[in-house]
Amino acid sequence: MTTVSESAVEAQVEDLEDKTPFWQKAKTMARKQPVGVAGLAVVILMIFAAIFAPWLTPYHPEYNDFANMLTPPGADYILGTDQFGRDIFTRILYGARTALFVGFAAATVGAVFGLVLGVASAYFGGMFDLIFQRIMDVFMAFPLIILALAVVATLGTGTQNVIIAITIPFIPQCARVVRSNALAIREIPYVDAARALGFGHMRIIMRHMAPNVMAPFLILFTAFVGQAILLEASLSYLGMGVQEPTPAWGLMLQGGAEEYAESAPWVAIWPGVAISLAVFGFNLFGDSVRDTLDPRLRSR
Amino acid sequence: MLKQTGRLALAAAVGLGLAAGAGAAKAQTPKSGGILNFVVGSKIPSFDGHQETTFGMIHPIRPFYSLLIRVNPANPSDPTDFECDLCEGDVPEATDGGTKYTFKIRKGVKFHDGTPLTSADIKATMDKIVFPPEGVPSARKAFFRAVESITTPDDHTVVFKLKFPTAAFIPALATPFNFVYSKKDLDEHGMEWHKANVNGTGPFKFVQHQPGAFVEGVKYQDYHLEGRPYLDGFKAIAAPKMAVRLQAIRGDRAAIEFRGFPPKARDDLVKALGDKITVQESDWNCVLLATPNQQRKPFDDARVRQALTLGIDRWGGSKYLSQIAIVKTVGGVIFPNHPLAATKEELVKLKGYGEDIEASRAEAKKLLADAGHSGLKVDFSNRGVDQPYKVVGTWLVDQWRKIGVDTQQRVQPSGPFYDTLRKKKDFDVSIDFNCQSVINPIADMTKFLGSAGNNYAGFEDPELEAIYAKIEKENDPKALRNLVRDYETRSLSDEASGIVTLWWYKINPHRSYVKGWKIAPSHYLAQHLDQVWLDK
Amino acid sequence: MSKYILKRVLLMIPTLIGAGILVFFLMRLIPGDVCELRFAGTGLYVDQEQIDICRKDLGIDRPMFVQFADFMFGFFTFDFGKSMWTGKPILEEIGLRFQLSLQVAIMATIVATVIAIPLGAISAIKQDTWLDYAVRAFSIAGIAIPSFWLGIMIILGLLIITQEMTGIPWMPPIEYRPIWVDPVHNISQLIWPAVATGYRYSAVATRMTRSALLEVLREDYIRTARAKGLVEKIVINRHALKNSMLPVVTIIGIEFAFLMGGLVVTEQVFNLNGLGKLFVESVTNHDYAMTQALVMLVVLIFVITNFFIDLAYAWLDPRIRYS
Repeated sequence: MTTVSESAVEAQVEDLEDKTPFWQKAKTMARKQPVGVAGLAVVILMIFAAIFAPWLTPYHPEYNDFANMLTPPGADYILGTDQFGRDIFTRILYGARTALFVGFAAATVGAVFGLVLGVASAYFGGMFDLIFQRIMDVFMAFPLIILALAVVATLGTGTQNVIIAITIPFIPQCARVVRSNALAIREIPYVDAARALGFGHMRIIMRHMAPNVMAPFLILFTAFVGQAILLEASLSYLGMGVQEPTPAWGLMLQGGAEEYAESAPWVAIWPGVAISLAVFGFNLFGDSVRDTLDPRLRSR
Repeated sequence: MLKQTGRLALAAAVGLGLAAGAGAAKAQTPKSGGILNFVVGSKIPSFDGHQETTFGMIHPIRPFYSLLIRVNPANPSDPTDFECDLCEGDVPEATDGGTKYTFKIRKGVKFHDGTPLTSADIKATMDKIVFPPEGVPSARKAFFRAVESITTPDDHTVVFKLKFPTAAFIPALATPFNFVYSKKDLDEHGMEWHKANVNGTGPFKFVQHQPGAFVEGVKYQDYHLEGRPYLDGFKAIAAPKMAVRLQAIRGDRAAIEFRGFPPKARDDLVKALGDKITVQESDWNCVLLATPNQQRKPFDDARVRQALTLGIDRWGGSKYLSQIAIVKTVGGVIFPNHPLAATKEELVKLKGYGEDIEASRAEAKKLLADAGHSGLKVDFSNRGVDQPYKVVGTWLVDQWRKIGVDTQQRVQPSGPFYDTLRKKKDFDVSIDFNCQSVINPIADMTKFLGSAGNNYAGFEDPELEAIYAKIEKENDPKALRNLVRDYETRSLSDEASGIVTLWWYKINPHRSYVKGWKIAPSHYLAQHLDQVWLDK
Repeated sequence: MSKYILKRVLLMIPTLIGAGILVFFLMRLIPGDVCELRFAGTGLYVDQEQIDICRKDLGIDRPMFVQFADFMFGFFTFDFGKSMWTGKPILEEIGLRFQLSLQVAIMATIVATVIAIPLGAISAIKQDTWLDYAVRAFSIAGIAIPSFWLGIMIILGLLIITQEMTGIPWMPPIEYRPIWVDPVHNISQLIWPAVATGYRYSAVATRMTRSALLEVLREDYIRTARAKGLVEKIVINRHALKNSMLPVVTIIGIEFAFLMGGLVVTEQVFNLNGLGKLFVESVTNHDYAMTQALVMLVVLIFVITNFFIDLAYAWLDPRIRYS
């Protein structure tokens, strides 16, 4: 799990006056962060694969072809086939859809809820903050597997429920970081000024406080996408995630993959490589975003 | 009359050209000594056989106990070959018009704690199973509905009096869960004691159980069968993942697994280890069903159900699916190869059993169109266990796609799965199975009756019930066979209230040094291990 | 300081109760129960009466409120009761697994620390050089590669390599023996999961070492030390590394707490009978009592670890104490 140090995040606050336009930041980043660009390339490749999957392969990801079970990689099937005779390359391409969907959906929902709750908690303070913090503590400490299992068992398996299961632990993680940033901003005079002008809570939170915690929010967001892909894979591997015949990388590692790993290693190797590469890409990119946005870590 | 199955199973083992195992055991003199390590893919809920139902308990615990009668371990594939375990001589015939069974109890048998065994222990055990006191669970109470009383005229005689004659009594008695307990333990420690404690008369003595890890047993010196057991002890190691069980045999961390592996796994082992691996195979007294829920529309329409069964390519599935799953045999309502089971000529007449799958699919599409349900969507409930449920489920999804049915597979862990199947009943079609220990076709086939407690299709079919009523009373083998065909046609074809996918197929690749263990048509049978020895 | 400690200890209580409420109701939301599951083994029909008896026996037929009060009272008096699945005392069952999980966690920590600190330091000192990029790529890969997949690959690799080399395939033992009983057996079983999880763990720690060291290296006193002409090695070893260790130790602590209950997937791959496996089993068995006890244990470890971390920070930074 990527942990964003609170001290690093606190540094964002000092960076508030930085008014460099976004595109310029991006340009700087590309120059200074070649590693990040490599990560971005992986991410873009994945998005490309997900969108154009049907045009990149002649096969259907779910159709069984028992005449070609566990075929080794070759001209017809470049990465081989699995025990149902399905083309592994095809399933990896379509699997990118599942991974991206789960990754972005869970990260977006988790981070947005975390943002709103974290800012609100800091803004209102007092009893609300105290109680809210305790609830967040519970979710932070609570083992993910139980949450996931309970969600899956009550709502059933499937992609949407996996997203819900993964989202829940993201909310407190994000809320915490956002809150500590927002607390600092709350002390800045213009929030007082806005209040004095009689603006409503909602307006102050959304217009003044939320935009100012965007940096840690973005950092967390990129980290969450990678984490969500990994968590989805783990849950699917445990049999509690996405279900057959949906193409999903973790699922491809479950079931036959291990049993046939000996005589058909390609079934076990490629989905693992796909997961690793995707998460690697998101993390590289995320790291560079952090280094760019975080002035203390920026070199010189 | 029922010896056919035995021969076929043996033929299967020999036919593989790997006869070094079971067949050759006869020629060799068993050697004593050694510890058998085996892997078990399920958990032990408790040690009390009377209330448990899983092989996860049978495999590690059964060797500590004896039964009154048992399936002959030298010929376990024969459904009628029983032998005395704690009784003497042959299994008794019924007297008094089939309502009285008198058992002579073996003398000189001692429990592991030294207490001598008498008829009172048998009675106490059977009373606990047949007439459990208020508050004591007994999983197979219903097997013994016919039993009126159990009496002990003397210390070495037990008499079972039945309310009516039934051929189901002896097989029920041989059920491997009927561990014989000591009356003393039941009296002194109560009915719950055996859940966590072991004291039997079996070939092995309990040493320890590390929950989640292993069960250890050591040879019982005073075992009642002369010269047995051959092993010095055994260790049953828990390994829930099939890949681990497979690797364990490969790396010789375990010698055998008693449930079964898919064929591909067998091939990998044989390829890697050659003659160090022996393979035994058998038809399995388990059938995998796809149950349509008639409480839900449009599954109350026989045409829709027929279309679903027509859409399944059983012969093709048998050929291909049998390479990756523990299913193989195409069959009807009766355990394949049993004299009562349908022959291939009889099967192909049933809907969905035809050899021309394209014709069947065309018929299925037409039936769906007639019923006004082309492009039917099916909510298909499945159990979160790979073999064979999820593998076959994934195959079914693809099969039904070919007749234009859009199937959503909903996989749940065992608990919620059963809840959906039995209580919520919010599924269109569900995986279901019937897995019994001792082969008893007349009893096993009740699974297909709408009135059966373990049938979840939600229908009433008086005609089917009427046929079964006749089957129960029929004594003439030929007439019985015809009635069974009627029952099968009614259930699987005309009404399609039950959809049989494939029967399971048991494959046990094991280290060749394990001798004396013969595959049975059920993973519950012949697991007492006193006959097993190591050729090291 | 003592007032701060008291406040932090009191704040643990609502977290524990909250976790208790959550696990209690989550478990009961899952359809089905332990009794139905137990009787369902063969798909056999079992009388409702038998299931009711079992429920009564386990006390899960009582009103929710009574059950909850019972559970909470048990927790605060350290009486966890018996497993609903095995009927054995829960403390005994957990104790058995605790050993193994603790040993793997310790071994993984050693693996991680040995890799992380030198790599993290090199990466920070050589920031933005190819060496830094290589270390970062290596450590990000550690986070990206699923440990369970790494585990599968390790076992597969061992089987294939040993067979190629010796003709006899070798795999790690599948049953646990304590280190003092059979050290060779013990280590040859646990080293592999320790490596598989230790790599991921080291990745997290490497990154933390790097960023903490980078921060410290920009502090004034380091600049002063450098200006004074101190040898770079001494600056790094004596001043910078030492002062940047706090966040590193923090992350190691958090990861350690996480490992104690979080090896769920890796334990499956290596067939380890640890807390993670017990977790999955007790949830799938609907063993309420066991799951509740385990959740409380994991939450307790987490809360206590956090408490010590906070304490360490408060001790170092007086501002926190008085806020």
